[in-house]
Amino acid sequence: MRLLRVLIVAMACVIAVAGVQAQESMPPAPYAYRQLDDPEQEAKAQALMETLRCLKCQSQSIADSDASMAGDMRSDVRMRIAAGEDPEAIRAWLMERYGDYVSYKPEVSETTWPLFALPVLLLAFAGLVLWRRMGRGPAAREGKGES
Amino acid sequence: MAAELGLAAMWLAAALAALQLVAGAMAMNARADGTSELAPLVRPAAVLQGLLAAFAFLSLIYLFAVTDLSVKLVALNSHSAKPLIFKVAGAWGNHEGSMLLWVTVMSTAGALIALVERRLPEKTMQATLAAQGFVALGFYAFLLFSSNPFERLPTPALEGNGLNPLLQDIGLAFHPPTLYFGYVGLSVAFSFAVGALLTRQVTPDFARAMRPWILGAWIFLTVGITAGSYWAYYELGWGGWWFWDPVENASLMPWLAATALLHSASVLAARDALRTWTIMLGVVAFSMSMVGTFLVRSGILTSVHAFAVDPERGTFILALLAIYIGGALAVFAFRAGTVAEGERFSITSREGALVVNNVMLSAILAIVLVGTLYPLLTEAFDVRVSVGPPYFNPVSAIFFFPMVAVLLVGPLLRWRRDSLARIRPSLVIVGLLLLVGIMVALLLSPIGILPGLGLVFAPALAVASVLPLRGRSLRRLPLATWGMVVAHLGIAVALFGMASESAFSEERLVAVQVGQTAEVGPWKVRLDGIQPVAGPNWTALQGRMFASYQGGREIEIDPQSRSFWVPPQQTTESALVTRWNGQLYAVVGNEAGDGKWQLRLWWKPFVTFIWYGGLLIALGGLLALVGRVIADLKRRHAKGRVAQRRKEAKA
Repeated sequence: MRLLRVLIVAMACVIAVAGVQAQESMPPAPYAYRQLDDPEQEAKAQALMETLRCLKCQSQSIADSDASMAGDMRSDVRMRIAAGEDPEAIRAWLMERYGDYVSYKPEVSETTWPLFALPVLLLAFAGLVLWRRMGRGPAAREGKGES
Repeated sequence: MAAELGLAAMWLAAALAALQLVAGAMAMNARADGTSELAPLVRPAAVLQGLLAAFAFLSLIYLFAVTDLSVKLVALNSHSAKPLIFKVAGAWGNHEGSMLLWVTVMSTAGALIALVERRLPEKTMQATLAAQGFVALGFYAFLLFSSNPFERLPTPALEGNGLNPLLQDIGLAFHPPTLYFGYVGLSVAFSFAVGALLTRQVTPDFARAMRPWILGAWIFLTVGITAGSYWAYYELGWGGWWFWDPVENASLMPWLAATALLHSASVLAARDALRTWTIMLGVVAFSMSMVGTFLVRSGILTSVHAFAVDPERGTFILALLAIYIGGALAVFAFRAGTVAEGERFSITSREGALVVNNVMLSAILAIVLVGTLYPLLTEAFDVRVSVGPPYFNPVSAIFFFPMVAVLLVGPLLRWRRDSLARIRPSLVIVGLLLLVGIMVALLLSPIGILPGLGLVFAPALAVASVLPLRGRSLRRLPLATWGMVVAHLGIAVALFGMASESAFSEERLVAVQVGQTAEVGPWKVRLDGIQPVAGPNWTALQGRMFASYQGGREIEIDPQSRSFWVPPQQTTESALVTRWNGQLYAVVGNEAGDGKWQLRLWWKPFVTFIWYGGLLIALGGLLALVGRVIADLKRRHAKGRVAQRRKEAKA
């Protein structure tokens, strides 16, 4: 019993030391700068990475950043894609972990619906303007010259 | 002494702007028969104001050139041991100096219109100059009360703080002024619009007077955006060329508005139609310039909360925004009803096509504006969302591609009323090209929908843009028409570059040992060695590589990974090999263990077409501008001669 306790304490120390060292100069995560061997999977991963925000940078995706956190996230994404996970499931997992902020692709929700209502409204408005201006021939309105 | 002279010049210029506003307003309100006594003062005031502002700006450049460390701005942003060119560029590489540059450009433009523009009724000119004075006054107040560039230190500093190393780049030294020229050129269009609206003179002459200023501003914006995009591409080290970053959007929005304004002003100048709409766009375009300045200058982009902590400057600009945009919209609301809409036209006419262009551009503008501001708005309520390429790309494409489809035929149509039957041969050519494009795109699949559409439309647009030359004498064609053809061709070229980059780019991330070779697309890249190199304020690891295209001659490339000391910062210097059909993009990264080095390689087919296209668009604008100005000068000369002859005949 006592031996076991000593072992556990020793292991904890080793892990702690390793942890401290790791924070100082951690080698980049395995797939941070390495592509997946299957080009189809890599393309999927790339497409997903381009739509995830690097949380430490200003307006860059994790696919365009040298920040170590972006590298870790790239590696994470690639490994999950290689394990056969669905890209949208990975996005959902990351959003649960880091908040909606991490995804550049806004989902329709309570807070983002205006973003999606806008194009629809604009389409309707543009259609209306064009229809009003063009719908009736000039002959029908000639002479009035006022709208 | 120079600092005090500069400051005094700024105060005097502000006073003259106030005089310009008051005298202009009084002259405008004088009854139709009588003129105000102050009216003759308006033009000289505008000219003198421009000279004084230019003098203030030159004083600031002088202070930076001699590194006068008793001036706070110089001590904060310069250093005695900088090359002279960066000392001078440092004058506008900071907040205060760039705002002074903004005001200087605006007053100089005001002085120019006061000197040369005589086509419009004098009252309209006075209202225009009053509006210009009103806008300038706000920015003088901003400079004098919250961003004084000439402030002295109580005790002179021993040495300056230096300039951010990233900004010590010749391209970047001239990037902000380019965009500012564009932003501020739109202020002239704004003043013309307000002046015309106040005096109810929304005429083709007004459009013609305003057009060179829109064109000039638009050329500068186009060049600025193109250069900024290329800078981001080679400097950031990941091969991206547009990020829908708020700072980029801040320059794109005025460009979109100016593009729409340019086209609607053409309709007004040629056909006396779209009057109120052109006025509205003139107001919107300058509003977008101010929104852009606000976004970049207030610090709101780094964080809404950082802005809330030190809100003085941001609030000042926001107040100016509210006064000018709100004021202009109020004038618009009161007066627009009294401006007749103008001539009518049928849907199949040049005007009809240009209306589609305007509606679509305005829709894209609205999307970029909301997509940029929305995250700032929600952040104020502590909800953080990101709006990025997955939103902007498809949503703006909904409006972009219909616009391009209309652009295929629009320039071929006649004004007022036309029929598609008349231009059937051209329609057949364009239609066939589209069909071939669709088949090729399907064969090449899988490529995404947006790049696919781009690849289909680009060749058809390239041909359609030169079709207006068919059956016309090329030697007698007006320069402005050449400008239109070249600019539309530029859109096709840029679109092709964007689509091709997105559809066909190949990426290779590898760790290789010295002597090993990596392949990307048709390229073989051999790592020959890694050497340390040192610059004035950085050290770097430089990769010596040899690249060969399809087994051809080897070309040496030397990408670097640089570490700066003050402030500690790592940058990548990518190495590019440009061929006519694309670029090889190479970056050297960190050591990967086992004597291996990380390389990032891209083969980007036809990526350079994006920026060639941008430059063609700007060239088209330049041709149109030169053509219009020459035509105006000729007309003025002819008028002068007629008047002269009449005088002689009388005598």
